[in-house]
Amino acid sequence: MTQHIDSVKTYALVFIALVFLTLLTTAVAYVDLGPFSPVVALAIATAKMLLVALFFMHVRHSTQLTRLVVTGGLLWLAILIFLTLADFGTRGWLGVPGR
Amino acid sequence: MASEAHAETLALREQFDTAAQQKDVATLGMWIFLITEVMFFGGMFLAYTVYRSSYPNVFARASSSINVYYGALNTVVLICSSFTMVLAVRGAQLGKRITTIVFLGLTLFLGLVFLGVKAFEWGEKFHEHHVPGPGFHLAGVPPGLQGQAQLFFSLYFAMTGLHALHMVVGAGLVITMMWLTYKGRFTAEYMTPIDITGLYWHFVDIIWIFLFPLLYLVDRHMGK
Repeated sequence: MTQHIDSVKTYALVFIALVFLTLLTTAVAYVDLGPFSPVVALAIATAKMLLVALFFMHVRHSTQLTRLVVTGGLLWLAILIFLTLADFGTRGWLGVPGR
Repeated sequence: MASEAHAETLALREQFDTAAQQKDVATLGMWIFLITEVMFFGGMFLAYTVYRSSYPNVFARASSSINVYYGALNTVVLICSSFTMVLAVRGAQLGKRITTIVFLGLTLFLGLVFLGVKAFEWGEKFHEHHVPGPGFHLAGVPPGLQGQAQLFFSLYFAMTGLHALHMVVGAGLVITMMWLTYKGRFTAEYMTPIDITGLYWHFVDIIWIFLFPLLYLVDRHMGK
């Protein structure tokens, strides 16, 4: 892997985007979006995470193996969240016999 | 090729074929550590999500009681610190010692500002009786549901507390890197520890990027 050195301009643009998204998520929190409120908040947070990971943490220049580890880790996190919420979300669906 | 012995340097230890390989190994190792941290924080985010969906009304009330300005200010402070950190890493990549030390210093300063605001914010919680335990009281929540409000603040203190602990560790790492840079340990060819410290710092930033909307913002429109 040859070392990539990004320009200050690239970093500055990412920084401006991150500050803008912070202000956006704060402002949009005061708008009643109903059930989409957490969806929008998490979408903006995920966008910020991607900006930090890809540019500041140099994932876009990293080796395939590192990328695989990062995506694999997020996949395990998704399994943790999905299966737990599937459990909690459906517990009341079927009654317990004898109760 | 690999069989030939090479003179050992910081950038190329004996067990590696090339400096690039050594660097890739260090980066991969740090990412594996960060993934364990993702799972660690992920468990807490999950607990928060489960309880928030179980007690949506009280959690919305409790979430709206914490000061959004401190949260937003601290988010901007942390993003600024990530920016200065990335410039410190860039300085190290270019072998510029003074630039690296200055930007590491700015990163440290912003990290301490974050912790200062956090300490102030927690102090207010003690005055407002919003700390779980005897004497806890959240206005606007019926007596029978105060326990649910305590649950929110327990999660709030556990999550922001562990995040703050990571910030303290990060500050220690940054101070160490400033000292080692000052001592002239790093060159443009070998600055892996600074790179790795940067990864850690940005990771802690990402955790806050998710803590801020989830603890401070969601349900803000329902509060007051």
